[in-house]
Amino acid sequence: MDTFIGRYRNVSILAAAVFLQLIGLAYQVKKQTSKDSEESSRLLRVWAISAITPLEKGIVRLQTGTGNLWHNYVYLRGVRQENRDLQEKLQKLQLEQVRLQQDATQARRLQSLLGFKEQFIDQTIAAQVIGSSGSEQSRVVYIDKGSTDGIKEGMPVISAEGIVGKVILVQSSVSQVLLINDQTSGVGTILEQSRLQGVLKGRASGQLVLDKVMSEEDVKTGERVLTSGGDQIFPKGLPVGTIGEVKRGGEFLQVQVKPAAALNHLEEVLVITKKREREPDKAAVSSMRAADILAQRLPQVPDKPAEPAKTGSQIIGSTNLTKPATAGGMAPGVAQPKPTIGASVPSPGTQPKPIAPVPTGTTQTTTHPATLGSVPLTTKPVQSRPLQNGASGNAQATSQPKATPAGTAPAATTVKKPAAQPAQTTPPIQTAPQSDTGDTPQ
Amino acid sequence: MAVSYTSREQIEVYRFSWPVAILIPLLAIFLQAFLPLRFSFFSIFDLPLLIVIFFAMARRSQVAGLMTGAVIGLLQDSLTHHPLGVYGIAKTVVGYGASSLGVKLDVESVGTRLLVTSGFYVVHQIIYFTIARLLVGLDLHWVWSRELIAAVANAVVGVLLFTLMDRLKERA
Repeated sequence: MDTFIGRYRNVSILAAAVFLQLIGLAYQVKKQTSKDSEESSRLLRVWAISAITPLEKGIVRLQTGTGNLWHNYVYLRGVRQENRDLQEKLQKLQLEQVRLQQDATQARRLQSLLGFKEQFIDQTIAAQVIGSSGSEQSRVVYIDKGSTDGIKEGMPVISAEGIVGKVILVQSSVSQVLLINDQTSGVGTILEQSRLQGVLKGRASGQLVLDKVMSEEDVKTGERVLTSGGDQIFPKGLPVGTIGEVKRGGEFLQVQVKPAAALNHLEEVLVITKKREREPDKAAVSSMRAADILAQRLPQVPDKPAEPAKTGSQIIGSTNLTKPATAGGMAPGVAQPKPTIGASVPSPGTQPKPIAPVPTGTTQTTTHPATLGSVPLTTKPVQSRPLQNGASGNAQATSQPKATPAGTAPAATTVKKPAAQPAQTTPPIQTAPQSDTGDTPQ
Repeated sequence: MAVSYTSREQIEVYRFSWPVAILIPLLAIFLQAFLPLRFSFFSIFDLPLLIVIFFAMARRSQVAGLMTGAVIGLLQDSLTHHPLGVYGIAKTVVGYGASSLGVKLDVESVGTRLLVTSGFYVVHQIIYFTIARLLVGLDLHWVWSRELIAAVANAVVGVLLFTLMDRLKERA
C-alpha cells in the first residue's frame, strides 16, 4: 500500500481531493427525485438508495417467487377444506354485503342532503415493502414503486388492516414511506364510539399515542380509532387501531393506541394514488327529501292495490310491529319518532288514511313490517305539525313491489317518493303526521 | 477474558482488498435495512457499527478508521429520513477511537473484542443520542438497561462476525 501511494503519490492526492469534493458536492447538491416532484433530495441520499434498493428488490422478488411456487404448486394440503370454508364464508358475506349496500346508499343520500363532502379512495397501487431505514429512530420503509408508477409525495399508504403511513420521498422506482409510529408523523383521528378527535403521534419507542386528549374525556380501552380526514392525507373512516392503555394524570390523558396494521411486519401495502371528493348530487336529491330517502328503505305493498278492508296487521302478515309513519324523522337534526312493537295495532277494518295532522301530544303508531335493521323499537309521542311542501305525498304507499333487503321482514308496504309516480300512488296503509317534517332539509 | 497490552513490535497491521472494503460495508447496511422487516428483534443490532469497529481495529490507522466510520455512517444516514451526519459523526468518532485503541491493545482475543465492542456500542449510542436530541431535535429517551443489553448482544454478534471476517484480512 505504501509502495502504491509512494509511486502514485500525486495521483493519489488528486484522487483523494476529488473524492472529498465529490462527497461534499453530494452532500450539498440536491437532486430532483422525480420528474413530477417539486421536492429534491441530496445526491448522496439518492446514490445510497439506488445502491441498496435493487438488491432488496431482487431478494424480495426471489423470496416471493419461491414462496409462491411452494404455496401455489407444492404445499396444497387442506386446500379443499379451506376452499369449502371460504365459499361458505363468501355466501355469508354476500348476504351481508346486500344489507350494507342498502345502508351505504341511504347514508350517502343523507350525506348529500347535508352537503357533505367526503373523500373516497378512487385508485390504489399495490406495492411491496422491500426495506427499512435500519434504525429504530427513523421508522421509514421503502416500497418498490416510484414516480414511474404514479407515486407522489404525500400519498397515503394503507394495508388491509389499517393505515400505514405516507410517502415522503419518491424516486423513479422506489419510494420512502414514513410510518405512522415515527415521532415526526401525525394523523388526524377520531374515536369510533365517543367521536372524540385527536392527533395520533409516534413515540421514539415506536408506540402510538393519541395526543392532547383532555383528562376529563372518557376514553375506553378497546375502542376503535379511525382516521378523521382532518389531516387532508388519509380519507375519513380508515381503521387506525384500537385504544390500548389509558393513563390519567396531569392536564392530558396518555392514550396508547395499538396499530391495526402490523407496522413491524409489513410486506404488502396499498398506496392511495387517487382520492375522489364526492360532491352532493344536487340533481338527484333536489327533489328528494329525507323522508323520501328513508321511504325507499321501507318495504312495499304488492302490485295489487291494498284492499281497504284489510287491517294493518293483515297487511304485514303475522308480524305485529308498529311504526310511526314518519320517514321524515330520519332527517338530520330532526327528532325521530321511533317504531314501536305492536302495542296498538289498528283494529280490523281500519281504513288507511293519507297523512294528516294529528292532535299534538297524542301517541300515534302505525303498522309497519319493516324492522329497519337495528332501529330500536319504542313508543314515542308524536308532535304533529301541519305538513309542508307536499309532505303528505312523500309517505304514500305505491303499489310497486320492491325487493326486500336481506335480513328485513317480508315486504308488505313501502313508501315511495311522490315525484316518481304521484298519480299512481295508493292511499297509505296508515299514516301519521311527520314529526317536524316541515324542517326537513330540501 | 484476557486483555493485554501490545508492544509496537507485536502490532500487526492488516489491509483489505477493494472488493471486501466496499462490499462488506454495503452488505452490512443492506442487512441492517432488510432483516428488521422480517425479524423485528434484529433492530437491536448495529451491523454497520460492528464493521466500522472491525475495519478500524484491523487497519490500526486513525485516518482510515475515521474515514471508514464517516462513509458507513453517512450511508446509514441516507436510508433514514433524518439529516445526514447523525450516524456519520457517531461512527467517525467510533472509527477513530477503535483504531487508536487497536494500536495499544491486543484486539485479536475474544475477551478484548467483547469489551471493546460493547464499550464502543455505548459510546456510539451516547454520541448518537446527543446529536439527535440537541441538533436534530428528536425526542429520544435513554434507557440504560436497554442500551446495556444491546451492547452485550452486539458484542456477542461482533465476536462471531470478527472471527469470520478475520479470514478476509491480508497482512499489510
